[in-house]
Formats: sequence, C-alpha cells, structure tokens
Amino acid sequence: MSIVGTRVVRVEDGTLITAGGTYVEDLREEALAGAAHAVFVRSPLAHARITGIDTSAALAAPGVLAVFTASDVDLPAQPAGPVPQPWLADGVVRYVGEPVALVLTERRYQLADAAELVDVDYDPLPAVASIEAALAGETVVHAELDGNVAQANGLAPDGFDDNAFDGCEVVVEQTIVNQRVAPAPLEARGSACAWTAEGRLTCWLSTQNPQIARMSVAAALGIGEDEVRIVAPDVGGGFGAKIGADPEAVLLAWASRAAGRPVRWAETRSENLTAMTHGRAQRNTVTIGGRRDGTVEVVRLDVVQDAGAYPRALFLPTLTELMAPGVYRFPRVETGSRGVVTTTTPVAAYRGAGRPEATAAIERGMDLFAAEIGMDPAEVRRVNFIRPDQFPYRTPTGATYDSGEYAAALDKVLAAAGYDELRAEQAARRSAGEVIALGLGIAAYVEITGGDAGGESGRIDIHRDGSVTAYTGSSPHGQGLATSLAMLLSDQLGVPMDRITVRHGDTDEVPRGIGTFGSRSLQLGGSAVRQAADEVLARAAGLAAELVEAAPDDIELDRENGQWRVRGAPAGPAITWARLAEHAGDDALSAGVWFSEGTPTFPFGAHLAVVEVDTQTGKVELRRLVALDDAGPVVNPLAFEGQRHGGLGQGSAQALLEVMSYDEDGNPTTATLADYSFISATELPDFELVDMETPTTRNPLGVKGIGEAATIGSTPAVHNAVVDALSHLGVRHLDMPTTPLRVWQALARARKES
Amino acid sequence: MIPARFTYLRAASVDEAVAMLGQYGDEAKVLAGGHSLLPLMKLRLAAPGVLVDITPLDGLRQVRQEGGDIVIGALSRFHDLHGDPVLAEHAPLLAHVAGEVGDQQVRHRGTIGGSLVHADPAADLSAAVLACDGALVVSGPQGRREIPAAEFFLGPFTTPLEPDELLTEIRVPARAGTGWGFEKFRRRAIDWAIVGVAVTGTSVSLINMAGTPVRATATERALAEGASLADAAALAAEGTSPVEEPHASTEYRRHLARVLTARALERAAG
Amino acid sequence: MKVTIEVNGSEVSDEVEDRTLLVHFIRDNAGLTATNVGCDTTSCGACTVLLDGESVKSCTILAAQADGHAVTTLEGLSGEGELHPVQRAFRDQHGLQCGFCTPGMIMASVSLLAHNPKPTREEVRHGLEGNLCRCTGYHNIVNAVVDASGQEVGR
Repeated sequence: MSIVGTRVVRVEDGTLITAGGTYVEDLREEALAGAAHAVFVRSPLAHARITGIDTSAALAAPGVLAVFTASDVDLPAQPAGPVPQPWLADGVVRYVGEPVALVLTERRYQLADAAELVDVDYDPLPAVASIEAALAGETVVHAELDGNVAQANGLAPDGFDDNAFDGCEVVVEQTIVNQRVAPAPLEARGSACAWTAEGRLTCWLSTQNPQIARMSVAAALGIGEDEVRIVAPDVGGGFGAKIGADPEAVLLAWASRAAGRPVRWAETRSENLTAMTHGRAQRNTVTIGGRRDGTVEVVRLDVVQDAGAYPRALFLPTLTELMAPGVYRFPRVETGSRGVVTTTTPVAAYRGAGRPEATAAIERGMDLFAAEIGMDPAEVRRVNFIRPDQFPYRTPTGATYDSGEYAAALDKVLAAAGYDELRAEQAARRSAGEVIALGLGIAAYVEITGGDAGGESGRIDIHRDGSVTAYTGSSPHGQGLATSLAMLLSDQLGVPMDRITVRHGDTDEVPRGIGTFGSRSLQLGGSAVRQAADEVLARAAGLAAELVEAAPDDIELDRENGQWRVRGAPAGPAITWARLAEHAGDDALSAGVWFSEGTPTFPFGAHLAVVEVDTQTGKVELRRLVALDDAGPVVNPLAFEGQRHGGLGQGSAQALLEVMSYDEDGNPTTATLADYSFISATELPDFELVDMETPTTRNPLGVKGIGEAATIGSTPAVHNAVVDALSHLGVRHLDMPTTPLRVWQALARARKES
Repeated sequence: MIPARFTYLRAASVDEAVAMLGQYGDEAKVLAGGHSLLPLMKLRLAAPGVLVDITPLDGLRQVRQEGGDIVIGALSRFHDLHGDPVLAEHAPLLAHVAGEVGDQQVRHRGTIGGSLVHADPAADLSAAVLACDGALVVSGPQGRREIPAAEFFLGPFTTPLEPDELLTEIRVPARAGTGWGFEKFRRRAIDWAIVGVAVTGTSVSLINMAGTPVRATATERALAEGASLADAAALAAEGTSPVEEPHASTEYRRHLARVLTARALERAAG
Repeated sequence: MKVTIEVNGSEVSDEVEDRTLLVHFIRDNAGLTATNVGCDTTSCGACTVLLDGESVKSCTILAAQADGHAVTTLEGLSGEGELHPVQRAFRDQHGLQCGFCTPGMIMASVSLLAHNPKPTREEVRHGLEGNLCRCTGYHNIVNAVVDASGQEVGR
C-alpha cells in the first residue's frame, strides 16, 4: 500500500521536541570557537544627514575589538534595485533601523554597552513616511531618482482608458490599503562566519536559500563561489523575509575577514521589527464595472507599492498586476503599478508576495460590486468564475492558469459552513437589533507557485547497505519537506522511510539549488527527487537483469519488499537494493537531475470567514474559518494541513490585527513585540478544512504549492466578513487591520452619513 | 537584549532591604517579580545601578484575614492571588483581576506589590485595589506607614514612596458577598487594557482613563442618588483625561469607559 | 557573582555577571540550547522553562534570582528514550513546524496541564496566550495539548 497520501508524523520532529533544533545561535562548532560578537548601530531617525561619527568611546570600552563605519567598508555596491543601499549608511540615513556602524566585541554581554557609546551626530531631514507623502514629492528621498517613483509599470499612472467604463450599468471603485506588516519569523535573523587559513569562508546563515546566499556573498566579497560554503542549519521560520543573504550577513562575512577571527550575529526582536524587510505595503484602487445581472465587464487595478527606503523587490507590484483578474473570466482588465520610495524599512517578499494584495483588492471589490447591485456575494462570484472547460485559461494580464474548479470549490465551502443557515441567523440577529453582529466573508482565490520559472536540483544515492540519501536544493525550514520527500522515495523505491535520509542546506553537499520561496519546494524539489529516482530505477533494472540473467524489460521492483524480481515469478530470485548497490559499485546507483517546469502552477481555493462584531466596542471576534485550498494531490496530509493552518493564522492576523505603523516623522510605533500585534492562540478559532484535489499536468507529481495559499485566501475572507457584519449599519468599507478603533470609527461615520 | 550593568543585592529581611535602599538612595530599585522592571532594563529604558532583590522574603507572600481586613503580602504573585481561597471569599474582585494580568508565565512571577509600586496607569490591579478602598502598608527607616490607595497613585509611574521605603502589605476591607464586575478591553488577550473598569459594590474605578487609576466619581455619585445603572454608567468618563494613542483616541476611550462601566455594573448587580 | 542552579536535576554552578539573565545561564553556562530567545519584551514565550515546577519566561528573570532553585528545560522533560506525553502529542498532532517556539510551547503546556489536567480547547488557547507561534496557526498546538491530556481530539 502506498504511503503517499497518508498521515505520516514528521521525521524532523524527534530532535525538535527533545533537544530543540540547532539554530544559528545554538551552533557550538569548533570553527566558531573564540568568535567575536557583532551588533549593528542603527539609525534612530527616519531621514537625516550624518554630520559625524565618533567611535573613540566605543573603541575604549571593555571588550571592543572593532567599530566599522561606511568609510571602512571596501565592498562593491549592493546589486539590488535602482538605488542600492550602502552597506553602512554613507552620509544620509533613510529609515529607522538602517545600519550605520558595526561593532565587534569579545563577549555578547558587551555588545549593547559598546553600541551605546558609538556617538553619531544627525542633522534631521523631513521624513517621507507614507505613500501619500512620497507621491506628493515635497521631499525627494534619493536625488538620483526623478521624484519618489522608482518604477512605473503598465498603464500607471496616466495611461488608463478614460472611457473604459462607458456603457457599464454599475461601476464601483474603492481604494484599499494593504497595510505594511512585519514577517517576524520567531527566530530573528542571525549568522556566523569563519574563514580558514587558506581563505575559504563558511557562513552559517538563517536563510531560505543557501545557494543564492553563496552567490551574493561570493560576488560581494570578490571571491569564487567555491571559496564560500553556506550552511543553513535549522531555520526558525522565514516567510519570504529570509530569502538569500541580507546585507548584514554579507557585511558580517566581510567583518570576519577584516577582524581575522570568526564572528557571530544574532538580531534582537526589536531590531528585527525595523531592520528586517517588511511585507505588503500597497495602496490599491480597484474599479469594477458591469451589469446588474452580476456580470463584470471591466476591471481596473491601480497599484502603488511602498518599496521603503531602498527598493529591493519591485517585482511585487508586477506580480499583483499579473494576478489582478483572480478566478474570474473578466473580458477586460487594465492594470498599472508604481513603486515609490519612502523613508521606511525596505519592503520585500512576505508569505504570498504580491498575490495576496491582488486577491485582497479583487475580492473586496467583488463584495462592493455585489453590495451595489444587491446580489449575494457568492452569487456574483458564480456568475463570473472561469469555467472548468476553459482551462488552460489565458488571462488578460498574461497568465495561463493550468487547472481549476473554482465554482465547485466555493460551493463545497459554503455547504460545509452551512452558508444559508448562517445568512438566516444573520437576518434574525439584525431584525432583533442584537449588539453582537454576525458577518460572513467569502474569498475565492487563485495564486501562482513556482512562479520564478527556475528549476531545482535533486540527487539520489543508494548505498551498499541498501539505505538511501536524497539531496535537495530546496531549503525547508518547518514545512516538513524532508518527510514528504522520504515518503515519495519510499513509495517509488520500496525502501522504508527510516532507511532514507534527506539532506539539504549545506552548499558543499548540495552545490546547486534555488531553495525555498514562492511555494515551490514540493512541486520543483519533489519533482527533481522523483526524476532522479526514476533514473536510478532505470539503471537498477538493467543491473538487476544482469544478476538474474533476464531481459531488463522482464524485471520489476517489488515495492512491498524493496526487491527486484523477474516479472510474474514471485518465488524466483530476488535482488535487494543492497545487493544491487554492491554489484553496481561506487556511485553507480546515483543520479542527480535539474528539474524545471518552465511554467508555474496555479493553486486555488475558497474561504468563508464568520465573525462577530461587538457594535458597541468595535471588537471583532473571528468565530469560524472554513477553507478549501486545492493544490493538487496531497503527499502528506499532516504537513499539508499544517501549511494551511499556518496560512490561515497569518492571513487572519493581517485582516484583524497586524500592522507595522509609522508616525508622520517616520518613527515606527510598533517596534517591539509588545506593540506589534502578533496574533496569539486566543484570537484564532479552530480551523475547518475542506478538501479537493485538482492536479496539474506541469510536473510529474501533479502537485501545486501550498505554502502561501491559505494566507492569500483568508485575509480578504476575514476582511469581507467584518464589513459584512456592519453593512446593515451603513458601513461600506474599512481598511485593515479591522481594529476595534477602526470599526468604531467606521460605525460612527456611517451613523453620521445616514 | 541585555540590561546595563548593575550591582545585585539580596535582602534577607525587610529591615535589611530598607537599609540597602537607604544606602543607595535613588540609584537603587527594588526587584520583586521583576516583570515590570526587567523588560524596561532590557530595552535600556531604565538603568538602576543597584537592584535589591526581595524575592526571598517569603513572609511577604501570603494572604490572611485580620479583623475586618484582608492582608495581602506584597510579594504575593498574581497566580497565588488568583487561586487564594481567602481572597476569593472576601475580595473576589482582586482574585479575579489577578487572573487577568499578563499570561500564565507572567502570573507565576509577577507580584501585586511590584505592580502597584510601578504605578502604570494601564495596570489592572491598581484600579482593582483602588475600587476596593485598599491601603498600602510601607516600611521605611522610620517604621511603618499606611497610605490609602486613593493617595498612592500620583501620576504615571509616580507614587509617594521614598527611595528607602518598601511596600510590604496591601490591606483591603473584607467584603464577602459583595457583587463585583471587571471589564478589560484589549485587542489581544496578552495586551494591556485599552480601557478597563473594576466594580465592587457601588465602587467603580477605571484603568487607563488618566495618568493614574481613577474612581468614576460621577458614576458613583449617581448610583448613590439612585440612578439606573445605565444612567450612572453614562457618566463614567466625566472628569477623566485619557491619553490619545494610535490605537485608541481620547474620544474612543471615553466611549469605552461608558460601555464597559455599564457592563461591569450589570455584572456586579447580577 | 556565583550562582548555583539545579538544571534538569544536576547542579550547575558558575561565576556570572550580576545582570546575567536566566535564559543565558541555561544556554551558556549549563550548555542547554533548546530554550530560545524570541523577543526582548516578555511577549513570545519561546524562553519558557519551569522554575520550581512552574512555567516562567527565563528572559525576564535574573540567574541570580534563580540561585538555589530548580529549573527544568525541554531537555530535562523526558527520560532516556521515552517521550513525555506532551512531547509525544506535539509530534503526533503536528503541533510544530520550524520548531523555534516549540521548547517554550511544550514547557508552557506542561505547566498548563499541571494546573488544569483536562482543559477545554478554549482553556488551552487562553493558557497558551503567552506563547507565540508564527507557523502553525495554533490549531494543531491546541490538538496536541488536548491529546496530551488524554482527551479525544475532536478536530
């Protein structure tokens, strides 16, 4: 019986639950003995000229080994973006948290003492702390840019067709703030570096992509990639914000070389909340035009991305434009985007990275359209869904969706939730004038996984004792990929799980790879390992045929027992993997492949959120979240559900609570975990999962990615539910997070207007 | 993050603690549960040169009845108070509120004395002790003195305690059978109250509606004059001066005070 | 100053700075690295250990305050080759992903169950309000604690 598709507890967990993982801070490697400790002195101001840095007091403090400032750093400019960030601030600081100096000390407890003694003189400049301020352009963040717009795509800002909505019976328009949030993986950033006497560097780095990190580090330091080894030990979450090597990690490697000793760095949480990249941070205006029968004819999405002080990820608004049509067969979609710079922390990928913003805009827009024509939001979606017979479906924005069952997904969710009964309860409560209002929110979504169109490496070695080692270029950090890959291989090779080891994260062991982001790991990394195993199987069949003196075509693998036999001769000679490996000799039962789909896949789903809103206080309670997330066949339901749960939690958190805020002067007001509303167990309900599996043909496993999907669906579902709860009181829209104050203010405004 | 350097002293008795505080004056801070002080020190928002640890003074970790009073040792931890049978009978509001502070781990360490002396206007127990007409017993070089809760909270993080004085006990009148209500409004369970209301009998005090916990005097007066609960609650924000914050405007806080007072009064009456 | 703490049944005695936090004593002096630091505001609970049997956040206690007391960390929870019921349940219910919050989450759960051996799902959620997890959405953590308590996991 196949193990694939069954609930298998994770091979990763044994150590994690008894001894804890080995994260960067936990490393006790010989090579790091006597390591210096590092701390970054960071800007306390959003925008200021540096008029002087006095390091003398710090240098005289106990245990201080070195203090580096911009003029010490002899590295080439950072490669990313139209205005590269200096490694250490050079003359001007442009966000609170920007690194200004790097201090090395003997012991960790000396770090903060020494950092306090680095005396930086600042001459404040006006802050540009919002998209509105950036577009107003009174203060220009970078002189080398023309204004504060770093990138303009598509029709933005002035290319939209003035007559696009002529002839529509109904047009609704809404500007929706997709607020800035902090990725906040529970393990903040960290790295440790050591150079050998021969000049080879090892970096232990909390990263999602060791091979990409190696490329960045080697390029910056001007050494060959083979002179750099990156090791991702256990990584305590990433959510897109640990892609590759951050500037701090590169600088640490440089400082280790400059200081001539190993160096380690562990970010504090308060540092992390302003110094690690943020996510989302878009202001989107969605316009929907159509007919009163529910048919949408034209959609426009105008995206403004707050890229922060130094744009690093201007692909985000582009991806938002690409996914603007969502799950609908809109005949006409026009989009445009601008990426603007502000004096805030740079914005980059965060779970979903560009797609949640598209879904949030279109799904909020569909609800507004439904409200305008007085149709149930579920019905409006049904009228416009792409039909199953239309796949592969090419959207007006240029994506080609592989497969989908959008109407079926929504109907299953509504049935599971008891949608009609909930609507009846809502009506009853409203007519009774209850203080606690009930709200239902729907979101239907499609997203894109493996969207970078790159590939992934996979390698299999079968050893002489019959055990198997698999190497993947993916770099899992909590997803349970090692278990999923072992399950696939166990199935394919007939080798028990406990005889299979999955290796990843060390560039000396896995020199080629891309790593983990964009929900790509199973579909690309899994397919690569599958393909490598196929190659081994083909070779093994030939070798087994030799041993039993039969034709290769007559040989088959008895997967129950992990033995090769002549087809139809169950009592005949059986060749074990061990015997085969012995016979084959060194490396003969090994294969390494590079798997590439060339084209991404498009998971989809539908979510229904049920909220209760206290109309006196404005407090929102999320009562139910019913979710269908279809990513094709499921390898390990346990891990698959875990990914969905995590996404539902994080997506709900954005709708309800989380926001990284700045005041007008660009000071962050949510810079500790006491102020940043990280969601806890008490704010979330039990999740209700509904299953459906629609395979893709774009990889041999038929799978799509699941890492980000539930985040994408849940945010607008919960957001829509809050607005729905208040709709009978005249509230048409309010922005996220739907905090009590916001809800109360929206109700007060609606009362005044009515 | 790591606190700035300090000298750690451990007191074996109240007298020794007072003597140590007298020796170091303003430089010293008392360390009890540490859950108000250490987070500030880790963020380097506070950097006392000396910490006088009174955690070992087990005599200050108990609740007992003394005549018409309930006497609560200042080192009683929130978790102790939440489960204390004497408190549950005679000052159930305090027992309940102690279980609403922070989270499980914080309640295992945080002390009532530490919370009161810290005098955070957002603290739950300060308002509850104020509603209970409690008094704070303080030891100093001149001996003991008793400060009514109504005179103890002078402003945000400000009390009449001298640098060489130590809070040792909190006394509240035993009021078995008195109805009580407590409303703590926050975004997440672990957040501090945006606004809170503590009611025992017809005493009403408010959390975070001024620089100190305050009694809702207009509400109390209306109740004494026989107003309905709803009418009395509508006066809850009178005379308050809540601060404006990004997540809570002044007007919103006033509104919440009225709504929550109505709910707490109903619970106390019910 | 010299601090002596019984960590997982063994005495650990060391000269440390007065300002040493208990979590660093556990990690650096006792050499036990399961206990993680996830924040600096006593918010996340990753550093939760048992101090004299009760869950505490070891980032907000001085090593000096634990002098002469007993600490239990994740490493000391189970005997040789045998999992504590809470550890087993976290694995069986997939109550962890990246694992960083897990040591603190497990220790907080042990303490929760000591006070309330048969908690409802709602009580579990409230009992763990001081422990943050970014990966699981908490659903399977609640399952794990319910499972560890010997009750049927409904969902």
